[in-house]
Amino acid sequence: MELSQFIMQFVNGLNVGSIYALIALGYTMVYGIAKLINFAHGDLIMVGSYGVFYFYTVLKLPLWIAIVLAILLCVILGALIEKIAYKPLRKASKISLLITAIGMSYLLQSTFQLIFTANPKVFPNFINLPALKLGDILIGANYYLTFLISIFLLIALNILVKHTKVGRAMRAVSQDAGAAQLMGIDVDKTISITFMIGSGLAAIAGILYCCLYPVVSPYLGAVPGIKAFIAAVLGGIGSIPGAVLGAFILGMVEVMSKAYLSSALSDTIVFSILIIMLIFKPSGILGKNLKEKV
Amino acid sequence: MKLRFNNNFKYIIFTTLIFLFIQLLSSFNFLNRYYQGILTIMCINIILVVSLNIIAGFLGQLTLGHAGFMAIGAYFSAYITKLLSNTYFSFPIALFLGSLMAGIFGIAVALITLRLKGDYLAIITLAFAEVVRNILLNLDVVGGASGYVGIVKHTNFAYAYLIMFVVIILTISVIKSKSGRAILAIKEDEIAASASGVDVGNYKILAFVFSAFFAGLAGGLYAHYMGILEPKAFRLDKSVEILVMCVLGGMGNLKGSIIAAIILTLLPELLQGISSYRTLLYAVVLIVMMLAKNHLTLKGGVK
Repeated sequence: MELSQFIMQFVNGLNVGSIYALIALGYTMVYGIAKLINFAHGDLIMVGSYGVFYFYTVLKLPLWIAIVLAILLCVILGALIEKIAYKPLRKASKISLLITAIGMSYLLQSTFQLIFTANPKVFPNFINLPALKLGDILIGANYYLTFLISIFLLIALNILVKHTKVGRAMRAVSQDAGAAQLMGIDVDKTISITFMIGSGLAAIAGILYCCLYPVVSPYLGAVPGIKAFIAAVLGGIGSIPGAVLGAFILGMVEVMSKAYLSSALSDTIVFSILIIMLIFKPSGILGKNLKEKV
Repeated sequence: MKLRFNNNFKYIIFTTLIFLFIQLLSSFNFLNRYYQGILTIMCINIILVVSLNIIAGFLGQLTLGHAGFMAIGAYFSAYITKLLSNTYFSFPIALFLGSLMAGIFGIAVALITLRLKGDYLAIITLAFAEVVRNILLNLDVVGGASGYVGIVKHTNFAYAYLIMFVVIILTISVIKSKSGRAILAIKEDEIAASASGVDVGNYKILAFVFSAFFAGLAGGLYAHYMGILEPKAFRLDKSVEILVMCVLGGMGNLKGSIIAAIILTLLPELLQGISSYRTLLYAVVLIVMMLAKNHLTLKGGVK
C-alpha cells in the first residue's frame, strides 16, 4: 500500500513536472535570447486556457479547432507583446525591461478580468480515454496524456533547436546578437519566433494544466508561472535541458513535500530552494557561469 | 548626516502648515473619519514609496520584496503591542521594534544578495517576500490564514504624518550625506564606484537597512491603523503597487514619488467606479512610463 501510494505520488510529480517543463522552456528560451525575464509568460497560460474555454464552451467549435485557435491566439499575443513592449526597450536598462514585463503581466490579467469577470469558469472536461491500469495502480488518462504530449514537444523542440536553420539562428543570437547579425541572421525575426514558440508552449501547458485543475480564472497563470520560473532558474536559466531537469525536480519536490511533509509549507520549501540555489549557484544546475564584463 | 536646516527650512514650515491646516479642518469636523483614514493611508503609502526609492531609485536595484519587509514590521509591532498592555508607550516601542526587525531582515537580505543584481535580485527578493508571507500564513501565534485580529488601533493621522515627515527628512539627509553620494555612485557605475574607493558592499547594505527599516515602520503604522492583519495583504501585488508609485513619480525623485503616492491613493477613492480598472491603470502606468522614459533617453543620446 505504501509503495503504491508512493508510485501514485511519483506519477503525480511527473505530471506536474512535465507541465512546468513546458512553461519553463518559454522562460528559458526567451531569457537566453532576449536576456529578459518575461513576467507575462505565466499569464499566457491563462490566455491559452481561456481560449479553449471560449472557443469550445462558449462558441461550441469542435475541440481540435478550439485548441488550435487557442494556441494561435497565444502565439500572436506573444509576438505582439514582444513587438510593442519589449522591442523598443532592447537597449534600455534591465530594470526598465523588468518593470515593463511586470506591467505586461498586469495588463493581461486585468484585461481578461474585465472581459470574463473575476469569477472562475469551469474548464471543459474533454479527455475521455480509459485509465491506464498497472497492477492495482490506476493512472488517469490526463496524467499519461500530459506526460506523453510534453515529452513529444520536448523532443520536437530539441530537434528544432539543434537541427534546423531557425534553431541555429536562435542559438547564434543567444550567444552574440551582434555577431549573429553580421553573419546575416535576422535578429528581430529570430527573437519574434522565439517568443512565438514560447507562447505556443505556454498555451499547451495552460490547456494541460486546466485538464488537471479544471477551473479558469484571470489569475490562473501566476502560480504555475512562478513555479516554472523557479524551475528555469534551478536548472540554469537560458539552458533548455536545464529547464526540463529543473521542472521535473521542482514538480517532484512540490508533490512529495505536499504528500509527506506539510501541504501548507510546500510553497515555502519551493521558494527556499530558489533562494538557496541563487545564493550558492546563481547560474543553476546546468547553466554556464556568467562572467561579468567590465 | 547633519540635517541641513537651511535648505529644508521652507519645507519644514510648509509641511507644518499642511499639518495644522488638516488638524484644523478635522477639529471643525470638515474632515470626517473616512477622509482622515484616506489621509493616514496616504502617509503610509508615502513612507513606503520613499523607502522603496532608497533601493530602486537611489541604489538603482529592483526589489520586488518590499511587501515582505512591511509584513515583518506590521506583524512584529502588532505582536509587541499585544505583549505590552501598557497603552501609553507600547505603541512607539512596538513601532520601533517592528521596524528594527524589518531592518535586521534587510541586512540579511542584503548580505545574501550582495553579489546579485538585476533580474536575480528582483527574483530573490520576490522569493523572500513569498517565504515571509507563507510562514506568516502558517504561524498560529499571529493568527495564520484567518488573520491577526484585535490589534489596538493606535495609528491616527497625526502619528502617521509625523513619522512620514521624519522619514522624508532622514532620507533626504542620508541621500545628501557622504553615504548618499556613494549610493548614487553605485547606481551610476558599480565598478567605477568601487575603483574610486567606494565600499560597494557596505553601502548596499546601508541602503537595504534604511529601506527595510522604513518599510517596517510603514507596516507598523498600517497594522495599528487596520486593527487586523492578513497575510494576503502582503502579496506581490503590494510590492508592485509601491513600485508603480515609485515609477510614476520618477525613480530617484522623492518629490515626484510623494506626489505619485498621493495621486494613486486618491484616485481609486475619488473615482469609485474605477476600482475594477485599477490594476489596468497600474499596468498602463508601468508600461507607458518605461516606454516614454527610454524614448526620451534615446532622443537625448543622439545629440
